[in-house]
Amino acid sequence: MSTLFDVPGPVARRRMVWVNIVATLVVAGIGAWVLLRLNAKGQLDAALWTPFLTASPWVDYLIPGLLDTLKAAAISIVTAAVFGFAFGLGRLSPSRAVRAVSGTIVEFFRAVPVLLMMIFFYLGLGKLQILDPSDVPLVAVVLGLTFYNGSVFAELVRSGVHGLPRGQREAALAVGLRGGQSLRLVEVPQALIAMLPAIASQLVVILKDTALGLIVTYPELLDAARRFGSGNGNILQALVVAALIFIVINYGLTRLADALAGRVGKRTAGKPRAEAPSLVVATGND
Amino acid sequence: MRRGRLVLALAAAATLTLAGCSSGDGGDDADAGATSEATEETGGAEGTIKIGIKFDQPGLGYQDGSEYTGFDVDVAKFVAGELGYGEDQIEWVQAPSAQRETLLQNGQVDMIFATYSITDKRKEVVSFGGPYFVAGQDLLVAADDDSISGPEDLEGKNLCSVTGSTSAQRIKDEYAAGTNLLEQPGYAECVTALTAGTVDAVTTDDIILAGLAAVPANEGKVKVVGNPFSEENYGVGIAKDSDKCEAINEAITKMIDDGTWQELLDKNVGASGYQANEELNPPTPDACA
Amino acid sequence: MDDGFLQQYLSLFDEFDVLAAFWVNIQLTFFAGILALILGTVLATMRISPVPSLQWAGSTYVTLLRNTPLTIIMVFCVLGLWGQLGITLSPDFTTNFFRLAVVGLTVYHAAFVCEALRSGVNTVPVGQAEAARAIGLSFWPAARLVILPQAFRGSVAPLGNVLIALTKNSTVAAAASVAEASSLMRTMIEFRPDVIVAIFLTFALGFVLIVVPIGLATTALSRRLAVAR
Repeated sequence: MSTLFDVPGPVARRRMVWVNIVATLVVAGIGAWVLLRLNAKGQLDAALWTPFLTASPWVDYLIPGLLDTLKAAAISIVTAAVFGFAFGLGRLSPSRAVRAVSGTIVEFFRAVPVLLMMIFFYLGLGKLQILDPSDVPLVAVVLGLTFYNGSVFAELVRSGVHGLPRGQREAALAVGLRGGQSLRLVEVPQALIAMLPAIASQLVVILKDTALGLIVTYPELLDAARRFGSGNGNILQALVVAALIFIVINYGLTRLADALAGRVGKRTAGKPRAEAPSLVVATGND
Repeated sequence: MRRGRLVLALAAAATLTLAGCSSGDGGDDADAGATSEATEETGGAEGTIKIGIKFDQPGLGYQDGSEYTGFDVDVAKFVAGELGYGEDQIEWVQAPSAQRETLLQNGQVDMIFATYSITDKRKEVVSFGGPYFVAGQDLLVAADDDSISGPEDLEGKNLCSVTGSTSAQRIKDEYAAGTNLLEQPGYAECVTALTAGTVDAVTTDDIILAGLAAVPANEGKVKVVGNPFSEENYGVGIAKDSDKCEAINEAITKMIDDGTWQELLDKNVGASGYQANEELNPPTPDACA
Repeated sequence: MDDGFLQQYLSLFDEFDVLAAFWVNIQLTFFAGILALILGTVLATMRISPVPSLQWAGSTYVTLLRNTPLTIIMVFCVLGLWGQLGITLSPDFTTNFFRLAVVGLTVYHAAFVCEALRSGVNTVPVGQAEAARAIGLSFWPAARLVILPQAFRGSVAPLGNVLIALTKNSTVAAAASVAEASSLMRTMIEFRPDVIVAIFLTFALGFVLIVVPIGLATTALSRRLAVAR
């Protein structure tokens, strides 16, 4: 971004120092006020925070909760990839009917809030009694995450293929491949590599959304933190710790996605992207 | 080549996940089958017994570190002991409110002690032993607040309850229509708002409130009003075809008669200063159907 | 679908005000959308500004907020902002929680607006910035007159994505004690478990009806506004 402005001269630098000082004072002032208020309410009492320096909350609550969060996220990313791959190809199919059906399903699940799906599967599966009740929360969380993120992946496959230079397909047809073969052998593989960074950053979305599992009694990290906090009268502190764990893990994943985007660029003619494509409602193969 | 590898990797990942799932399920089922057979054959003294409890209600059913504590848990231990199961033969299972009937119907648990009120609607699908406690909807207020002695005093005050619970709505409908309602994911969040002074009262069953008030960090800051305005008979949930009802009732009667009941109540929620409603407690178990 | 079923299903709408619940979600989306756009623009400007501390503040905000689950942010808004800090946004109890939920949705989605705008800034060719400097514009006029207008046009599609996410995430406002569509759906299912699928489809279609037009509009808009290069 350095092209946006000249290297600051002495006057600008002096002005920047003043801006920095004022901004620091404002931020520090707000921070101090918040801390004072929290202190007045007793939320900064050491007794509420020190439990997190002992082993028990970690061994008995936070780590098992984190493992359950990771479990749900790991299963979901695989099932979502399968779902996305199937319907992404469906949207590229030469058959108008297959395109229309895949398109409708993908657009439907992209539009429905994950929370709504989780609540539906949780209450619905519980009522059907086909599953071990203790598995119902996990299955509800995984299904909700799969349908939504699978639809995002389907869009990635499609837009990945559309993002390839036209020459790739033309070359494939020129060497005698049929349309379907070109798709399978040339276009989709490159689109998949181009979508790797997006899969990594979608993992951030999946991880965060497992926290919605709290509503359907899935014992993930947030639920575990709440359980610890309710027995120790420090639920706010427990939530802060849980939020920090989420931030650290997701920050790592974001960095991974950025690094991947930089690396895989060389291995595909497509444009690697770290973000999901925008919702394109048209189902035609333009 | 690349494509082959990628598809292979995806397929392998999918297979692994599926294998992981199915083997896990299979294992559980096999366990469950083996246990219930063993129990039936040996008359209950061997094998394990699966008991459903709450994991998140301090003072009643709570996962405290690596063990479980609370009044429901202690009563369950006593009853299981009378049925011939030692503490190491008990397998604790989380029984969230929405799943209690299903857990019993599918045979995933043998008994449920989880603030489980006996109602006619529930009796259509499951059976109950007990009751072992009669709770009532009550209010939790700040320790120094004397302005609230019952639900009628909540007019214009801020009341907290959990999302989707009917107890707060009952107060609005029947006692004080002008109550401001805050809905939170759990009671612990409500207590946090109460100790901060932003809500005036928290409502649910009195013993649940007492359990929250007995948490060391809340001790002395909040109190149960002690003016219950409903009657909830906590029973022991068992499957419809269970033969344990009589034995459970005998155990409960014994527990009440020898003073263990009072002892367990004091131990778990006594620190809150709460006294169980004496007109209704300790209860006499209902006759088994 | 015999008559009895249809009758039963329709009777649900007499008992529960589904439209009113959706209206709450639309209002949440509307207010939080406008505020998030403003806050996100400020953050994006900070991130491309020449002042290192502002860059740092902007990127720290984005890192913290976009990696925290929205549920936690919502609970903090109620238990933290209101419960502990005593910040009241309206004398009316219910309105207060609605506004707190708007605050929660705003601060969370502003991080994503900022990212969308940054991706829009990236579509502006370097030559534009160089030309702006060459004619003597300093940072603020260059950003305001040359970079941001083009960045907005280039980021309509990702901004549309954020708006769609915001629409769906407005269901999480249930955690801030706001009665909206997801909590009503839950109540309705618990009240009438026999028509669970119909209830779910009703709410799902409601969101499809809100979200798909937003998608269509932003796609069309992004095509129309795209800067021809």
